[in-house]
Amino acid sequence: MMSLDVDITKRLSDFTLRVRFVTDGPQEVLALLGPSGCGKSMTLKCIAGIERPDGGRIVLDGRVLFDAEKGIDLPPQRRRVGYLFQSYALFPNMTVEGNVLAGAAGSTKDERRRRAAEAIRHMRLQGLERRHPAELSGGQQQRCAMARILASSPDLILLDEPFSALDGYLRWQLEMELTDVLHEFPGGTVFVSHNRDEVYRLCDTVCVISRGRSDPRCTVRELFEAPRTLAAALISGCKNVSRASRAGEGLLRCDDWGVTLRTTLPCEGATHAGIRAHYFRVGEAAGRNAIPCMVDRVIDSTFSTIVMARTPGGALLRYELEKDEWARLERTAVEHGRLVLAIEPRDVMPLVDGDAEGR
Amino acid sequence: MDWYPLLNSLRIAAISTVVVYLLGIWLAQVVARAPRLVKGVLDVVLTLPLVLPPTVVGYLLLVLLGPRRPLGAWAMRAFGIRLTMVWYSAVLATIVVSFPLMYRTARGAFESFDESLADAARTLGRSNAWTFWRVKMPCCRQGIVAGAVLAFARALGEYGATSMVAGYTPGTTATVSTTVYQLWRTGNDALALRWVLVNLAISAVVLVAMNMVEDRSGYGRRRRAVHAAAPADASATGGGEA
Repeated sequence: MMSLDVDITKRLSDFTLRVRFVTDGPQEVLALLGPSGCGKSMTLKCIAGIERPDGGRIVLDGRVLFDAEKGIDLPPQRRRVGYLFQSYALFPNMTVEGNVLAGAAGSTKDERRRRAAEAIRHMRLQGLERRHPAELSGGQQQRCAMARILASSPDLILLDEPFSALDGYLRWQLEMELTDVLHEFPGGTVFVSHNRDEVYRLCDTVCVISRGRSDPRCTVRELFEAPRTLAAALISGCKNVSRASRAGEGLLRCDDWGVTLRTTLPCEGATHAGIRAHYFRVGEAAGRNAIPCMVDRVIDSTFSTIVMARTPGGALLRYELEKDEWARLERTAVEHGRLVLAIEPRDVMPLVDGDAEGR
Repeated sequence: MDWYPLLNSLRIAAISTVVVYLLGIWLAQVVARAPRLVKGVLDVVLTLPLVLPPTVVGYLLLVLLGPRRPLGAWAMRAFGIRLTMVWYSAVLATIVVSFPLMYRTARGAFESFDESLADAARTLGRSNAWTFWRVKMPCCRQGIVAGAVLAFARALGEYGATSMVAGYTPGTTATVSTTVYQLWRTGNDALALRWVLVNLAISAVVLVAMNMVEDRSGYGRRRRAVHAAAPADASATGGGEA
């Protein structure tokens, strides 16, 4: 059972980081998701004790790691938090075995050796014990760094963009391996990423960070099905957003698109509306939630066609569909460039711009 | 041929290299961690002997260490030893002159050290001392050894400050470099040439040693070509659009 309670502030050169989340699930994998430079990695460093927050507290399984008011600041050595660095930070002067032994916990030499051997076996590094990090492939290096962390038997593992240094195929393999490792790891994990797909596949819960502010933690499913904030919608891959306001029960007036749309989601306090590019249908002008558009341009992408459509409000909508389907629609539904896009009320997402509220 | 000058030079260079090695590493660490302003000031002060003419260093040392000067008088009173015109005066001179070479190379090595390695060691529960001796020093080994070799070479060839602080007394303060000068000045060209050749031989050995250090550049690099680093991922934000 892990519980991690983080509520910290830290002044950075161009903004102040304010991050707050609590995890409570056993073996929970929490993602900190946000664009580059939003303060995700700094948050991890504060949890590990490498950086010192300016205020707040960090509590792990009831152990206070940091408390600004009480003047508690445990050194990294006593936090029992494993940190997988983006560059893996393997000691170049030591062999694989030396690296894992350097991490191994235990009071006697035999115990440390046993733990290291176990971690090496677990991460399938047998036969590579005598190699130096420079003689390992990227994947082996990551497994070595992971073995070193597991040998130190931490209560919590922090992963800082673990796949950013790898190419597509290897990345996928390592992702599957890491999923297995994290499933067996008894403690919790905090995973920093700017890749929503990775987060969707690997994590249980997610905390979106944008411009130094964290959104409330939610499940990964919630983030993708009904993000509540503008930042969450954008980072979860929503391609269409418009400024909007509530215009009655279940109605959103979307200013940039020049239409009023019906939604089944609660729209109190909404400042924006979001629609995912895959969720449109082609409808009739008189139908519900119909947006009469002019086709602005059609872009042929790798596996789909992207249609950019001009709305009555002037802004463009992005509509993505299968290539075959567009070939069919182009003949039947588009007349003199006119195309009516329709959207189900459950897919119109009312959003709050957290930054504008000045939390 | 009397070999005393060579033994004296080697003794002086060896002692001053040991002192400069420890002092240089320590001060390089201190300066690397110091706040910006302190760092700038310390860096200038510690590097100054590198750009000052050795005669100026010698003059300043005499001002400090002379028998009637504060430090010199104190050493005489407290320990009954003189600090100038004895063989170990040259050690003081070579320490000052060769220190910046050690200090600057060590600082350069420490500054290019990847601090995430130290952070990793600490999150794994390792003490700061362990991290320094087992990770940081081995990773910076090349720069540190290079600095020590340079400092040794500089100490061995020191002339200006040494001749002012220790003078030239055959059999007591004579070093290779002061002997060459003295022999040439007194017209003993043949013997001067012999010492020049000795000096050339020593310098060549030092430079070869230096190059050997630089060739042994890393740990386990021989097999590196087998596993070229993977290219960075271009599709950083993923493909699945919603």
